[in-house]
Amino acid sequence: MFRNQYDTDVTTWSPQGRLFQVEYAMEAVKQGSACVGLRSSTHAVLAAANKPASELSSYQRKVFRVAEHAGVALAGLTADGRVLSRFLRNECINHSFVYEAPLPISRLALRLADKAQLRTLPKYALVCVKNFRLRELLIPVCTQRSWKRPYGVGLLVAGLDETGAHLYYNCPSGNYFEYQAFAIGSRSQAAKTFLERRFEGYNDYTPEQLIKDALSAIKETLQGEKLTSANCTVAIVGRKDDGTIEPFQMIDATRIQEIIDSMEAAEEAPPVEPSSMQEEERTSDAAPMDI
Amino acid sequence: MARFDPYENNGGTCVAVAGADYCVVAADTRLSVGYSILSRDHSKIAQLADKCVLASSGFQGDIKALQKNLAAKELIYEHNHNKKMSCPAMAQLLSNTLYYKRFFPYYAFNVLGGLDSEGKGCVFTYDAVGSYERTGYSAQGTGSTLMMPVLDNQLKSPSPLLLPARDAVTPLSESEAVDLVKDVFASATERDIYTGDRLEIVVINSSGTHREYIELRKD
Repeated sequence: MFRNQYDTDVTTWSPQGRLFQVEYAMEAVKQGSACVGLRSSTHAVLAAANKPASELSSYQRKVFRVAEHAGVALAGLTADGRVLSRFLRNECINHSFVYEAPLPISRLALRLADKAQLRTLPKYALVCVKNFRLRELLIPVCTQRSWKRPYGVGLLVAGLDETGAHLYYNCPSGNYFEYQAFAIGSRSQAAKTFLERRFEGYNDYTPEQLIKDALSAIKETLQGEKLTSANCTVAIVGRKDDGTIEPFQMIDATRIQEIIDSMEAAEEAPPVEPSSMQEEERTSDAAPMDI
Repeated sequence: MARFDPYENNGGTCVAVAGADYCVVAADTRLSVGYSILSRDHSKIAQLADKCVLASSGFQGDIKALQKNLAAKELIYEHNHNKKMSCPAMAQLLSNTLYYKRFFPYYAFNVLGGLDSEGKGCVFTYDAVGSYERTGYSAQGTGSTLMMPVLDNQLKSPSPLLLPARDAVTPLSESEAVDLVKDVFASATERDIYTGDRLEIVVINSSGTHREYIELRKD
């Protein structure tokens, strides 16, 4: 998309009915390094590719625990992501405080989407109420003032609630959708293609299978670079077979490396057998000719 | 003209004893109001972090609210620092939380017990508005005045009058300290009407947290 006269601020519509600033914010998500999320009926897995900004720096954290039963992976402006993670953590804590129950994931995604709306399209109405001080009310309908920008980060929200494991993708625009599997960030199309081929079986996958597929999806986005535990982060949350919750936590690097090694071993094993069979055939062919 | 009294004393006693590498926190499980018993099986002990346990006696409504408040703040700490709160950190947080309501206090008499960052036992004792002190042992609640003299006598802790100032942890072993706590509760149960029914004992040491229940007199 090109620069035009309708893209200066977020409250200007274009004649085609587009809000360019919001679309530009979604571009920021595409620039971030890749994240994938996938879920079965009992577990949800988030994985992120760790890309340091330069050789001298370390990578930025992209996967955050939000509550015992939920976490997010983000792509885009990680600074905005940190702010949103803090917001989500507070929402979860407040909900458990009042209701003594974990915040359902659909509601968590909704709170995030509402926040995106309030940020992009604020209407400030000065309301003078008797006996109270002047208050400003935030109404996400039409606009009178607009000095705020949209959040430049896309979030994959994964978690567990009474209805099972869930994965949502929250856009900077305020839209959100539930997914069986999704990928965001740069080169995520390769991961999406991989996931599209396999997602139909995911509901019955075991946690280990989910983790392997998440790692394979991240590998697709690395495009040639070797996948090691140093350049990816994986987190899982779910309900174990005995009914207890497996809380949201990052899987530690040694375990990830073990899984990567076992995946690579499984890939290399089949080619070995045909070549040894070919050698046997050659020797058996050689004998009759060797007179 | 009867005025609404926002407070009520639900009775009960809490004790904590710190040793060289363990901490014992104990409280009875009787919930009373006036001369009636509301429950014989209500816990006054809350585990706030790995190595940090809070026992509170007083008004159970305020105690429940205080425990929830602290648990929420502990979760925020965990998110920000990537680790659970240590016992001395929780001690300061509890003090600040209590003083925050200086002019409408939590009617809670607290004893916080656990292991400090070096693995030594620590006990912190509070008043209702947050004044606190690290000690080797403490009792709070309706039976505290009956228990403290016995603990002073039997725990063989260094006297606070000695110079140089000595650590107040008891030289007793874990099992000796637990036996003493059981004896002291049995004695307080005899004379204090609000203490009795069952004793909940929580022992925190390097291998984790261990819970035990002992029956007490039910009259």
